[in-house]
Amino acid sequence: MTGPMIALSALLSHWARHRVQAALLLIGLALATALLTGVQAINAEARASYDRAASALSQDKLPRLVAERITVADYVALRRAGWPVSPVIEGEALIGGQTLRLIGIEPLTLPSGVAPDIGLAGDPTGFLTGKVILSAEALNDPRVRPAELPPGVALTDIGVAAGILGPEISYLLLTGDRPAPPGYALIHPATTDLSQLTESFHLNLAAFGYLAFGVGLFIVHSAIGLAFEQRRGMFRTLRALGLSARALTGLLLAELLVFALVAGAAGVVLGWLIAGALLPDVAATLRGLYGAEVGSGLTLRPVWWLSGLGIAVLGMLASAGQSLWRLGRLPVLAPAQPRAWGRESARAMRGQALAGVGLIGAAAGLLAVRGLWAGFGVLAGLLLGGALMLPLLMAALTRAGQRLPDTWARLDAGDVFINEQLALRRGLAPGDRVEQGVIAGIYPDYGNPMPQVILSWDRHRALYPLPVLRYALITDIPAAEIRAAFPRVVVEDRAAIRKASVAVFERTFAVTAALNVLTLGVAALAMFASLLTLSSRRLPQVAPVWAMGLTRGRLAQLEFLRTLALAALIYGLALPLGLALAWVLLAVVNVEAFGWRLPMLLFPGDWLRLGMLSLLAAGLAAALPVHRLARIAPAELLKVFAHER
Amino acid sequence: MNVKAIMLILMACAVSAPASGQGFAGLGSDAGGFEMPRPGPFDFPADHGPHPTFRIEWWYVTANLTAADGTEYGAQWTLFRNALAPHEAGGWASPQVWLAHAALTTATQHLAAEKLARGGIGQAGVTAEPFGAWIDDWELSDHMAARGEGFAFDLALHATGPIVAQGDGGYSVKSAAGQASRYYSQPFYAASGEVELDGKHVPVTGTAWMDREWSSQPLAADQTGWDWFSLSFDDGARLMGFRLRGATDFVSATWIGADGRPEPLPPGALRLTPLRSTTVAGREVPVEWRLELPAKELDITTRALNDHAWNALSVPYWEGPIRALGSHPGRGYLEMTGYGGTK
Repeated sequence: MTGPMIALSALLSHWARHRVQAALLLIGLALATALLTGVQAINAEARASYDRAASALSQDKLPRLVAERITVADYVALRRAGWPVSPVIEGEALIGGQTLRLIGIEPLTLPSGVAPDIGLAGDPTGFLTGKVILSAEALNDPRVRPAELPPGVALTDIGVAAGILGPEISYLLLTGDRPAPPGYALIHPATTDLSQLTESFHLNLAAFGYLAFGVGLFIVHSAIGLAFEQRRGMFRTLRALGLSARALTGLLLAELLVFALVAGAAGVVLGWLIAGALLPDVAATLRGLYGAEVGSGLTLRPVWWLSGLGIAVLGMLASAGQSLWRLGRLPVLAPAQPRAWGRESARAMRGQALAGVGLIGAAAGLLAVRGLWAGFGVLAGLLLGGALMLPLLMAALTRAGQRLPDTWARLDAGDVFINEQLALRRGLAPGDRVEQGVIAGIYPDYGNPMPQVILSWDRHRALYPLPVLRYALITDIPAAEIRAAFPRVVVEDRAAIRKASVAVFERTFAVTAALNVLTLGVAALAMFASLLTLSSRRLPQVAPVWAMGLTRGRLAQLEFLRTLALAALIYGLALPLGLALAWVLLAVVNVEAFGWRLPMLLFPGDWLRLGMLSLLAAGLAAALPVHRLARIAPAELLKVFAHER
Repeated sequence: MNVKAIMLILMACAVSAPASGQGFAGLGSDAGGFEMPRPGPFDFPADHGPHPTFRIEWWYVTANLTAADGTEYGAQWTLFRNALAPHEAGGWASPQVWLAHAALTTATQHLAAEKLARGGIGQAGVTAEPFGAWIDDWELSDHMAARGEGFAFDLALHATGPIVAQGDGGYSVKSAAGQASRYYSQPFYAASGEVELDGKHVPVTGTAWMDREWSSQPLAADQTGWDWFSLSFDDGARLMGFRLRGATDFVSATWIGADGRPEPLPPGALRLTPLRSTTVAGREVPVEWRLELPAKELDITTRALNDHAWNALSVPYWEGPIRALGSHPGRGYLEMTGYGGTK
């Protein structure tokens, strides 16, 4: 065996003797990778679904003409007057035992490349003569043929759709650059852009992933710190035997790389499982919130392996960077002196605190700057600064949500309300003017990517003499009775919609809660890892106390209480940091990214619960190290003096 | 969807039909339940309308026009009917698909447009009495009108001679094996109206020629395309002639006297010789021809008004006005398909 090989086997022997530590390192990195790749997988899958939808149904990208009622004769009259329009009959239909969004197109009048390739390289005749229904779903209907379409959609000839849904045309696609013909209202396609609508959801999911990744790296950081701490003697010996600092660093780097690859691979598989488990709920949420169809099947894409392993390696390097840096800079014999290591640590901590002050200062400065990146900058500054220097972050940055003044009466006078999106985009305030009138108020409009104006019925009619498509009715009559009385009228029951929305949101929170539990679990593991490090490092400080007569049991008891007290203290400091982060997300990042703002609500009950959970987690995490301390062989404590650590 | 894929399939049936001749007589009895053409008298006015039990049918008008300043124009108005099944039905259930081409040609410009529509709902169709053919806002009746990107035309049509039955009393044989279509023409239209090019309206007058043909037979495997001539000579006579290019070429022609009396010519009587080719849209296309018909002492050279009269539509082909020089001066139209690998 060559020198470096011997050194490597010596370094690796440490892990054979400290299996828990090795496991922690692997689990930490694997979990971090898993949560990040899992969340990314979910986002990627959803986006792939949107792309599929966009390319398969790119008629969604064409402007639509709508009217109170469009008959085939109306359509023919427009064509014969030279209007470039193509009819669509669309609705929900039961096909092969499944309710689907059935889209009937008229392929001959659609521009080339607008509707999906109906795959009739084989059979255009079959499609045009109504013998073909295309769908990605496996349906029990002889007409159905597989096609690259979004889930829950069936595409067929307009004749088939007319037979199932009735002859009335749902809307006309305007296929040329022309204004709307008289009697028709033009709906621009931007309102149906799924990726735009769902962007905030995915951003939040991604933020969760990165948070979990950060926490996972903390575990790795602790485990590596512990491993380096415990191998100080070995480092000294190896260096004394002539191994250069560079070679030692290289060997440690190689060792970490192996760990990273193993943990990364495990993380990718785990992430895939997490994504698979969460995707049905995410899909249901997206469908419910935005009408976006996302398949619940997940494919393990090769790019995940690459990105997962890459993330693991980068994360490992980031976590180990500090330890490696310190090792490289220590003099040959210094690693054996605990104070040398400790002095390095203390210096680092002061540096960290200073950096923390700087970062938070920078974050505060950025608050004055507008823009999404400034918002993210504030977030990063707070998160890092807060983590580096918790105690300084005690500022309460909460602010109450804005309320729309009760100014409905002004609508009748011809004034208008605008949504927050419009107000922010154009920098408008109540009293300013828009094309439709004087702004009486600004209303919050969660989730809407478009600017919007509310005006009175009379004012709307005066400005836009368009056919009326919808009426709202305030009544005690149940929707079912209205439907029965007016069978041709589409009745939407607001109460039912509200109920459905609430159900959808609850699903969203099911996803969030699941991610919460996972993140909290990772955090507890991180705490456990760092306590384990700490307990070993503190042995030299505990030993003299033991030598002075305190029993191991009493020592363990004190250690336990100390851990709880620390946890309580950190909880007290973390709470305002968390609130500040939430405020920045709601009031800065969200507003810049999507143009709407959520009111910040405070839930002290949740804080209490979280506090209890933190203490419980700290207690559980401390249990093993404290248990070990209570049972530690007196010889171990004596060794501290014998080895002059 | 890929409309182009549909178009290719439809066009393979529709446009290539003059070249039809399904090749082998024994296979002709049933083309998917479609009716086969038989010799016999026409039934007017009903035969001006569609024949949905036949697979393919067209109303094909070409006009040679001149403006007051002597500028020459060519206009094409074509409506194809293609049946996916041998019947007609109301509403979306109709298996009839309509396809139209329109083009306007000058010595320096050639603009073409295309339309597709389904039958059954009134968006496109043909009525026999009174005669009218239409697709969207394109019309053919006692006038023909169409518009596309950058061009339009609206021409009144006035028949100055009788309808002419092509082939044997309207039964036009298309191959040596005896495949055929029903085929008649109105080669005696006087046309007047205006053309619009790049926003400029120009009054024009001239002559126009309408071909009516229906059949059910697909292109024979060895037939790759055709060259088809319609010529109006200054002395009032007309000539229709085509060459189907295959393993062996099949040439057929009809001489039409100034009085409208048709003389079907035996296969091979008309000799067609390409004289000069030019590269159009990357293909070698013969744009200058020698036509010889010894029985009529005819020996002419035809030249294209615009060598680049290329209909760059979903199925591309050459279609443009020509001038005849030599023993029988005159004007007319030339259609050439299947050059450069397109059927």
